[in-house]
Amino acid sequence: MSRPILEVSGLTMRFGGLLAVNGVGLTVHDKQVVSMIGPNGAGKTTVFNCLTGFYQPTDGKILLDGEAIQGLPGHKIARKGVVRTFQNVRLFKDMTAVENLLVAQHRHLNTGFLSGLLKTKAFRKSEHEAMDFAAHWLDQVNLTDIANRPAGTLAYGQQRRLEIARCMMTRPRILMLDEPAAGLNPKETEDLKALIGMLRDTHGVTVLLIEHDMKLVMSISDHIVVINQGCPLADGTPEQIRDNPDVIKAYLGEA
Amino acid sequence: MTRNLRTAFFSALLVFAVAVPVFGLKLTTVGIRLEVHGSDAQTFWIIAACAVAMFFWQLFRHHAAAGWAASPNLPRVPAGAGNFLTLPSTQRYIIIGLILLALVWPFFGSRGAVDIATLILIYVMLGLGLNIVVGLAGLLDLGYVGFYAVGAYTYALLSHYYGIGFWVALPIAGAMAALFGFLLGFPVLRLRGDYLAIVTLGFGEIIRLLLRNMTDLTGGPNGISGIDKPTLFGLSFDRRAAEGMQTFHEFFGLEYQSINKVIFLYLIAVLLVLLTLFVINRLLRMPIGRAWEALREDEIACRALGMNPTVIKLSAFTLGATFAGFAGSFFAARQGLVSPESFTFIESAIILAIVVLGGMGSQLGVILAAIVMILLPELMREFSEYRMLMFGALMVLMMIWRPQGLLPMQRPHLELKR
Repeated sequence: MSRPILEVSGLTMRFGGLLAVNGVGLTVHDKQVVSMIGPNGAGKTTVFNCLTGFYQPTDGKILLDGEAIQGLPGHKIARKGVVRTFQNVRLFKDMTAVENLLVAQHRHLNTGFLSGLLKTKAFRKSEHEAMDFAAHWLDQVNLTDIANRPAGTLAYGQQRRLEIARCMMTRPRILMLDEPAAGLNPKETEDLKALIGMLRDTHGVTVLLIEHDMKLVMSISDHIVVINQGCPLADGTPEQIRDNPDVIKAYLGEA
Repeated sequence: MTRNLRTAFFSALLVFAVAVPVFGLKLTTVGIRLEVHGSDAQTFWIIAACAVAMFFWQLFRHHAAAGWAASPNLPRVPAGAGNFLTLPSTQRYIIIGLILLALVWPFFGSRGAVDIATLILIYVMLGLGLNIVVGLAGLLDLGYVGFYAVGAYTYALLSHYYGIGFWVALPIAGAMAALFGFLLGFPVLRLRGDYLAIVTLGFGEIIRLLLRNMTDLTGGPNGISGIDKPTLFGLSFDRRAAEGMQTFHEFFGLEYQSINKVIFLYLIAVLLVLLTLFVINRLLRMPIGRAWEALREDEIACRALGMNPTVIKLSAFTLGATFAGFAGSFFAARQGLVSPESFTFIESAIILAIVVLGGMGSQLGVILAAIVMILLPELMREFSEYRMLMFGALMVLMMIWRPQGLLPMQRPHLELKR
């Protein structure tokens, strides 16, 4: 077992009187695929929002490589290598696919004002590298053909893949995918599974997944966390979860 | 047919309504009064001919169009013509052509025309600067005139108290405006949309009121006068040079002509506008330009990708302010006088109107709109009381017919080459 890259303990999020997340704990090991499942409204996305700094958690600890990151603003957490996608795709719709990928590299580019103004050699080199990196990832997610089309005009499945590629532009360590298979057909879901597998095995990315497609979750996850009504319900390998009576009860109701 | 007839009649009437006051009436100074006289008969005949032409054109327009479409041999306006005009590459050629024209014509133009052109160029610069903030970064700034005022007063004060020349003061004025943009932007850029607009509106007024009330420093409502005009490498354009200076006409052994000064100011304005155009064109192709667009589209996604929204917005705000600072210092140099009354809210509104009228983010559009917005009131001085009414009407008509602006922006897209 590799070392834990993300450790979450006692994560609590309260909106006024509503306790959306209550004491959720989570340990994610390096280069694993960890899934978070639970019925609708269980608080999975809220956990994501807390982990990525979009919400400030009311209580709890989030350790990334042993460093506390709770309460940091979203862009700082993203810079530490925790990058997410959204349940409803959030691409820059008027920009082309390749421009979406270039924007995401903003932080790694030569953003010096004068060098850009005068088009120095360093600036052109940096732009060139960015373009190559974007082209590489467009190829990886099989979108090279539509590279110059506005992102808003792409098919839904393509937009999903582009969003994942865009995350990869930031060279993340943990990739958090919020229902990546929602709205995909079975073929596209298979492709997505292969893509996630590749991200983990070839690119050494840790993947944290929220997903309702049980077939996908069970086949790809190294570890599963179940949340119900904001509380942690179960936690274990896919086999353990499948046979856990509490999980079955939460999903199917009282027998 | 009756409908056509009615349209044609009103169109002809409209020609009269617009042309008669503009061309048909002449103002003459009699003593200290102004008197209105009718123009000569020829002018009225031309107007009448135009009205008749308009009447028949409107009457038979549909027939003409139908006939045109029916005969396949005649050349047709290609469907892509409108699109073609807004392409970045076409716009570049148009802009190069305009630049050449702009550099050459003042030597043949009248003094008044060159003077108005200089004024237009100031507004082009302001429009282009505000375009960065509003058109590219999507931040509604209603207090842009505040930065203009900062630039103008920076040069005015430097010139008044320390005798610093225009060329040295120009970058300082830009830097001061940038500093003000930065200081204002830092706290307010957390706000969005309407809230941002209100705060910036307040800021513009605060600057004006400060200038008005800090009487010891800024001369209060009287402003600062006697600001030095720009020099050409130390050569002044006055009739007689100040102590230890040489004048342009003496140096080159020319006859003194006051129009030289006007043309020189005009050429400086062209230079500044070209600089602004160059910088903005580069910005569009730089990572920061892409980041502005991305931020305008989806701030949350930007944050999720590790981009700091505050820094990106701040850069747009500061850069926009810098250009206002340049424009301001040039304005001060041209007028030789600055007073708080030059920087009222209506100026912000006009600049914003230029940006919206031209098409958000479009550079050629802004230039065109600046010409329309400044030239029209100059041409129609007789209507000066109805100026605001006309602006309003123009805006309403634009929003109905062309909500995207005269020449909407088509951003240069980076292409993946295979």
